[in-house]
Amino acid sequence: MAQRTALYDAHLAAGAKMVDFFGWDMPINYGSQIEEHHTVRQSAGIFDVSHMTIVDVTGPEAKPYLRRLLANDVDKLKEPGKAIYSAMLNEDGGIIDDLIVYYFNDESYRAIVNSATRDKDLEWLAKQTAEYDVQVTERTEFGIIALQGPNSAEILKSVLSAEQHAAVLTMKPFFGVQHDELFVATTGYTGEAGYELIVPVEGVVKVWDTLLAAGAKPCGLGSRDTLRLEAGLNLYGQDMSEEVSPLASNMAWSVAFDPADRNFIGRAALEAEKAAGPMKLVGLVMTEKGVLRSGLKVVVEGGEGVITSGTFSPTLGVSIALARVPATVGDTAEVEMRKKMVTVKVTKPGFVRHGKALVEL
Amino acid sequence: MSQIPAELKYASTHEWVRNEGDGTVTVGITEHAQDLLGDMVFVELPEVGDTVAAGDDCTVAESVKAASDIYAPVAGEIVAVNEELEDSPELVNSDPYGDGWMFKIKMEDATELDSLLDAEGYNESIADD
Repeated sequence: MAQRTALYDAHLAAGAKMVDFFGWDMPINYGSQIEEHHTVRQSAGIFDVSHMTIVDVTGPEAKPYLRRLLANDVDKLKEPGKAIYSAMLNEDGGIIDDLIVYYFNDESYRAIVNSATRDKDLEWLAKQTAEYDVQVTERTEFGIIALQGPNSAEILKSVLSAEQHAAVLTMKPFFGVQHDELFVATTGYTGEAGYELIVPVEGVVKVWDTLLAAGAKPCGLGSRDTLRLEAGLNLYGQDMSEEVSPLASNMAWSVAFDPADRNFIGRAALEAEKAAGPMKLVGLVMTEKGVLRSGLKVVVEGGEGVITSGTFSPTLGVSIALARVPATVGDTAEVEMRKKMVTVKVTKPGFVRHGKALVEL
Repeated sequence: MSQIPAELKYASTHEWVRNEGDGTVTVGITEHAQDLLGDMVFVELPEVGDTVAAGDDCTVAESVKAASDIYAPVAGEIVAVNEELEDSPELVNSDPYGDGWMFKIKMEDATELDSLLDAEGYNESIADD
């Protein structure tokens, strides 16, 4: 039987259509995923992301362990609560998972990893502890709610004291702070302002209901996917996998090659690939009718590639996609759509931010 | 439980057919079909004047999930298409049996209607889905 989050009954009560998501019973939508999408761009929505895995890394060698494990460098983290995004690579430079890691002190970090990759992640994390004095602990006693959209800050008042709320408003992006039972982080997966709240399981329903009463609308995995794709954010298993490197996944910015003597797992493979001139991940925009879908072949200058994620963009009213193509790609590409070739525009992989289009149609 | 109006006829491929009594039929997709497809984003309709055979794919309904062919349930000539769907494809979701209709066919042979499913037959066919 599929696993259920603490909010399962709340989803059913709100009319959710539930689907199996890598072993979890999760809401795909509560009626219309397009309406939910617009809600997040224009006001505020809440997502149950309790299926995601929280892992605490603690101990005297937590820092050197994470500096070996992750392509980004946790040594950049100096202020308690600050977080970074990173890939976790295998020796070949392939992406085992992408994650966010929060810094509390040099002996205490918290990582949030994907649910679909939980088992292999925990296995890998455990395997790498061999040479380090470090503990890796999964924290299953929490749920996670993402509150996203321009009205998020206002709605967040409903679950915090005035003093806590004032403190949260001063937080920079990619920060997480504990306020009583709530861990409040300025992170998200939609391209809008918002928060991710880590809540003890027994308190999740109350926080969810309070946010709803304050005006947030429940949103499912369907709109979460169109929102993240408009924002140009990768989805593990679609846009990245163990077969591809962060350099070919629009994640080069998250790989810390400096300092040169930090020997993170996958470093040698990435350095070799960097010299070879890899494939790259680009955006595609199609103004003709139809929807670009993952798996479709893309023909560009210098070779062929493939769409890794494609959808209809509710904000732009046209179809958008991420595609992995030879780095020689020009300004346009041809996509094979239902037996005919369609010309599409090649863009940076990011289409909408803070409710505004980043691409010209 | 999905809504299946008793006065309509159905194709096993999830189209509904309303006999207008003047030699024409109106065609759309069922409540069940729109629920399976999810939010509709484009509907590519046939041209008025096109001739279709029963079973021809003549419309593409593209939803957030997938592109699906919609088949002509009977043979004849396309005499009208729902141009509202151009700007408001979501009508297929919100009112599949009303404002979300897709096209009208002037039938070549009205007896073809007899080979379509009635509401009960369609209900049984989707029970196996």
